[in-house]
Amino acid sequence: MSERQIQLEVLRYNPETDSEPRFQTYSVPCLNEWVVLDALNYVKDNLDPTVSYRWSCHMAVCGSCGMMVNGEPKLACKAFIHEYGDQIRVEPLANFPIERDLVTVVDDFIGKLASVKPYLIPKEDKPVSAGEYKQSPVELKTFKQYTLCINCMLCYAACPQYGLVPEFIGPAAISLAHRYNQDSRDGGREQRQEVIASHDGVWECSFVGACSEVCPKHVDPASALQQVKVASTIDWYKEHLMPWMKK
Amino acid sequence: MSRKPYIREMSKTNWFFSQPRYTRYMAREVTCIFILAYTILLIFALKNLADGPEAYAGFLEALNSPLGILFNLAALVGAVYHSTSWFNVTPQAMPIQRGEEFVPGSIIVGAHYGGWALISLIVLFLGV
Amino acid sequence: MTVAKSNKPIVWGPFAAGGTITAFVTPVLVLLTLFAAMGFVPSLLTYENLHAFAANWLGKLVIFGIILLSLWHAAHRLRVTLHDFGIRADTWVAIAVYFIASLGTIATLFYLLRIS
Repeated sequence: MSERQIQLEVLRYNPETDSEPRFQTYSVPCLNEWVVLDALNYVKDNLDPTVSYRWSCHMAVCGSCGMMVNGEPKLACKAFIHEYGDQIRVEPLANFPIERDLVTVVDDFIGKLASVKPYLIPKEDKPVSAGEYKQSPVELKTFKQYTLCINCMLCYAACPQYGLVPEFIGPAAISLAHRYNQDSRDGGREQRQEVIASHDGVWECSFVGACSEVCPKHVDPASALQQVKVASTIDWYKEHLMPWMKK
Repeated sequence: MSRKPYIREMSKTNWFFSQPRYTRYMAREVTCIFILAYTILLIFALKNLADGPEAYAGFLEALNSPLGILFNLAALVGAVYHSTSWFNVTPQAMPIQRGEEFVPGSIIVGAHYGGWALISLIVLFLGV
Repeated sequence: MTVAKSNKPIVWGPFAAGGTITAFVTPVLVLLTLFAAMGFVPSLLTYENLHAFAANWLGKLVIFGIILLSLWHAAHRLRVTLHDFGIRADTWVAIAVYFIASLGTIATLFYLLRIS
């Protein structure tokens, strides 16, 4: 197995002693099969136990280890060392406040996610005895890709509109709203539209498309948001030009 | 333990140079200036057309100049960039599901390029 | 808490429709005027032919459709672009760009009706 000495530049920030972040470089002997997360773990275990970062599954499922790797939002567990040169720079996810080192404050995203009601709101509640809510494979396929979101927030770090207008509800949350709106078992679209068709909702999106380019699970949030725009536009014209169409 | 989150502000005026994909996006957005200028030219042509043969001849004469050529060349570049960037994202804006499968994006994009070529050829054939 | 739904769809509809129509027709139209600018006036752009085209109701509709949608597409995108360049007076920008688009729309209608 080949080994390579990597200069790992880590953005450090200690809220108790630092007024602003600074880079600290570690020389890490990396195996070619490693990912950036392995290099960070090596630093933590052997060189500097004070480095803080989030991680859990090491297999692109939990969505915890999102960070900027050479300026690009990446899951550290999916960013292979062999794709980089001898110098790798890691920073906390862009567009989020830094809590400490590579750990960001994600309260804003969590709040927005909750605000779009990302769960099934059945059209009519029925007792368990009435049986399951059925769905065909075709109906499932319509939204399946959006169920793959792991809330890793890479799309928020990539989205310039979120960086410029922090009120923007953003790619992942609106995509998840779209996922439930598209679900044949769901009846909650009206409630979600109150949030996502608002000014800070989908209309802050200008289809830069960066969210879809960085998404590690190929969710394609940009596609979801454009579909939400089309649907919201049709809603608006129906509501204002054809009021008799209203339910 | 005290919290003191550090906020990194994004530049409001030159953020689009920070990543190539942002710069490409801005190039796409800026095409609207060419489309707008060209549409105003069309309205101006229409005005001269309504004013009669002399006025319209004057318009064509004014257009027949280095500035007119430059303006049209710039508009052509802007318009073509707009068309390609617009067609290339159509599968994202309007995905088409047939049964359990989605129509491949390349087919949707290809159909738009085909339509674009057809319309252009028809206009050229009838107009030149 | 309920937030008011945005009225952006009013302008987003024409923006999207206009983006599509300009993508299909603007390049070839520019090509025609480019020929005219180079001194080879295409037959469509001669006074007789263009006047005959614009005098026809169907022709009027085509011209009006293309200009209207291109105009509103460009105006709305300009509003977003100015915001992206860091100009945050969105209300004033919106008033200005939509005013230009409205003016262009009215002028187009006016000139088209004068051609008969």
